[in-house]
Amino acid sequence: MEIKNAKYVKDPLTNKNSAVNCQIGNRHCCVPMNPVNTDYQDILKWVEKGNTIEEAD
Amino acid sequence: MVQKVPQSGISGNSSFRNMITNGDMQISQRGTSFASMGNGDTQFTLDRFGWYEEGDHGAAEITITQDTDVPTGQGFTKSLKAVCATVDTSIDAGTIAYVSQKFEGQFLQHLAKGTSSAKSTTLSFWCKSNLTGTFTISVIDQDNTRMFSTSYSPASANTWEKFIINIPADTTGALDNDNASSYRINWNLQAGTNKSNGALASAWEAQAEGDRAVGQTNFYSSTSNNWYITGVQWEIGDAATDFEHLPHDVNLQRCMRYYTRYDASEGYTRYASGFINSSTAAVAIMQLPVPMRAVPTIDHSGTAGDYSIYHGTTTTPCNSTPQLQVPSTGNDNATSVGLQLDVSSGLTAGQGCIFLGTNANTNNFFAFASEL
Repeated sequence: MEIKNAKYVKDPLTNKNSAVNCQIGNRHCCVPMNPVNTDYQDILKWVEKGNTIEEAD
Repeated sequence: MVQKVPQSGISGNSSFRNMITNGDMQISQRGTSFASMGNGDTQFTLDRFGWYEEGDHGAAEITITQDTDVPTGQGFTKSLKAVCATVDTSIDAGTIAYVSQKFEGQFLQHLAKGTSSAKSTTLSFWCKSNLTGTFTISVIDQDNTRMFSTSYSPASANTWEKFIINIPADTTGALDNDNASSYRINWNLQAGTNKSNGALASAWEAQAEGDRAVGQTNFYSSTSNNWYITGVQWEIGDAATDFEHLPHDVNLQRCMRYYTRYDASEGYTRYASGFINSSTAAVAIMQLPVPMRAVPTIDHSGTAGDYSIYHGTTTTPCNSTPQLQVPSTGNDNATSVGLQLDVSSGLTAGQGCIFLGTNANTNNFFAFASEL
C-alpha cells in the first residue's frame, strides 16, 4: 500500500510528535504513533525502506 | 403452556458461537463498491473482510461489491461479490491474493490452541462462482507461523452451495492473549507457483508457502469471472450449525470495534462539540460508540475546506484537514478520541464551538479505524 505526504503532528500540550498526517492508498488520514495501530506499523515499515516523515510545522 | 426444553435441543446453538464478524455481509460502512484493486493493494471492503495481495500482480485488478445475490431461503440479504476487473494470465510465481478476516488472539483463547485440550473447529459458508475449478482456503496462525490449508470446488457454475470445512485442533503454538492479530482465514482467489507447488496442509504444520493454495484456480483469467460469499460461520466443534443471525445493531457494534464511520447526512452536519484554544485552532473530544481495539486512525475526506467550525453565530472554514490529538483514552480499548481543527484566523479563545461539515457539499466524514 502506497504511503504519501507523511508529516508529523505535535501534541500541543507536550509539544512532542504524537501522530502522522498522511495518505495511505486512497485514504487521507491522521495516524496515532501507537505501536498497536496497524496503520502506524505500516508507516514504520515504510520508513525502514528509507522513506522519511516530514517534521511538524 | 410452558414446556421444558431438553438439553439436547439447545446443544450446539450457544449464542455468539460464530467467531466470524459480519459473516452475513450486512455491514459495509466504507461503501458498497471497491473498484479495481490491484498490485499490492490491501484494502478493507465490507466490514471485517479485507482484500490482500502479496507480490507483484502486474495489471491484474479485482472489484469487490456488497451484493444482493444470496442463497434462497437462508435469511441472507447481502453477499460479498468479487469480479475480475483486469485480466492477467502471467502473474509472478511469488504472488497470492485473497479475501481475509483476521482475529484478535484474546478472542480465541477458548480454542485452547497449543495445549492438549485444543479444540477442533468448523468453518461453513455459502459460495457461488461461474468457475467450477478448485478454490483454496488458508488458515494462518500468525503468532506461531503455522498453517492449515484445504480446498473446495463448486459442483455447478453460478449456483449457491454451502461448504463445510473441518479445521483440526492444533496442540502446538498458543495464541497470544492480546489485541493484536493472531489468526486469519484466507479465501484465496489467485496463487502463483511458489504459493501452490507443495501439498495442502490437512493437518497443522509450520507455515510453508508452497502449501498455501495448491490447485488454486486463477480468478484473473477472465473479466467474466465472479465469486460470491455469504453466511460465513466459524465455530468450535466438528459440525456446522445453522448460521447465527445476529440483530443488525449487534452486528454493527461488533464491526465498530475495528471501524466506525460518521458520514455527512446533509449540509452543516454536526460532528462534535469542543472549545476554541486560540485564534486559529479548536479542539473537541468525540466519544466512540464502542471501545475500539486500539487508538484509532482518523480517516477524513482529505480536503480542509470540507470541514468548518461553528462559533458564536459564525461558521469559519478550516484551512487544514482534521488532526488527531493523542493520547486518547484507553490504548487497548479506546473509548474516545481528541480532534483538532485549524482555521486561518477569526476564532476567540475560550469560546465553545461545534465541528461541522460545510453547507456546500456532503463529502465530509469522520471515520476511525483500528483494524487488525
